[in-house]
Amino acid sequence: MSQDPAPSSAARRAALAAGAAATGGALLAPGLRLVQVAQARSTGEGADPGVRWGMLIDTDRCAKGCSRCVDACASENGFASGIDLRQRPQWIRKIEIKEVRTGREASLPMMCQHCAQPPCVDVCPTGASFKRADGIVLVDRHACIGCRYCVMACPYQARSFVHEPVTGQKPDVPRGKGTVEGCTFCVHKIDRGASPACVQACADEGHRAMVFGDLNDPHSEIAQRLRAEASKAVRPDLALDPGVRYQGI
Amino acid sequence: MDARIRSFLARAIATLAALAWALPALADGSAVLGPEVLIENPGHCIAPAQEMRRNHPDMLKHQRDITVHAGTRGARVSLNACIACHANRSNGSVLGSSRNFCQGCHEFAAVRLDCFECHQSVPDKPGAAATPLAMNRP
Repeated sequence: MSQDPAPSSAARRAALAAGAAATGGALLAPGLRLVQVAQARSTGEGADPGVRWGMLIDTDRCAKGCSRCVDACASENGFASGIDLRQRPQWIRKIEIKEVRTGREASLPMMCQHCAQPPCVDVCPTGASFKRADGIVLVDRHACIGCRYCVMACPYQARSFVHEPVTGQKPDVPRGKGTVEGCTFCVHKIDRGASPACVQACADEGHRAMVFGDLNDPHSEIAQRLRAEASKAVRPDLALDPGVRYQGI
Repeated sequence: MDARIRSFLARAIATLAALAWALPALADGSAVLGPEVLIENPGHCIAPAQEMRRNHPDMLKHQRDITVHAGTRGARVSLNACIACHANRSNGSVLGSSRNFCQGCHEFAAVRLDCFECHQSVPDKPGAAATPLAMNRP
């Protein structure tokens, strides 16, 4: 719901958030920081505006032909199999890319990039597409009318439309016909203090190509790696400030 | 004139007889007009039954905005908690027949039940019905 089109206010908010994260990251005891306590939120507490969830994907570690992240997403979010391929929900997909001149190949997962300036939110006529305080871009399906403007607006093709009646949903992941959906960063798991299903599956597989964490917390693994190593946003020319960054592309 | 009085008296007696037959049935409560809904965990709801009957749509509608937009979890009002507690033991769902909790009442009141076009009508773990308020907590 909160959208700041003015760059100056966005910059000010970023500075405030960084300040909040710095204070939150203070060391309480060896290995125990305030921000970790804040991440496992207590009952009745909303999403923390000081946090910005993000993901770093190392394409050198992402194995060609491996689709464990896609499978984990499907089982976590309860996609029934047997849906026509063209209508299957695609919250995350694997992409193989090749540099034509050098022949260098890379494999990477593509999903909602959870932009700081999300175009899907800008175009939504009902306010169903919104950005949560902690930077996660979601669809409120209670308000979604299925117009699919967001599907058109997203440069990452990250949104899908549900064409058929749905049965067998997961209690934590309601989905239904006539609404648009996309990667939620497994918001129901994050709110419990866990990692998204794809990240967990990638680590279980031993690839560890995906790192998930708070971009605003200077002590988090993702923030430290983003500081130390080179990374890229996909379509940086659009200046959407995506929360998902890639390495090796 | 006599014929009209006779006819009136006959109708009055018939009405009284019908009432005398019907009253005991009404008094024991079993024939009160209403849905016959099976309640699996009586007396454990978050508010008195009268309040829940009248206000549950507003409670859920208010809470869904807080949960989805603000990201607040583990609230007192929760559709998953309703389902966990009120699912019938026979089929494990709040839907299925006119004795199932949600469907029974909504069928009787002729109010369309939209929730379950997206939400799951079966609790995550069958048997978790005893601790509905512990739902959604880490």
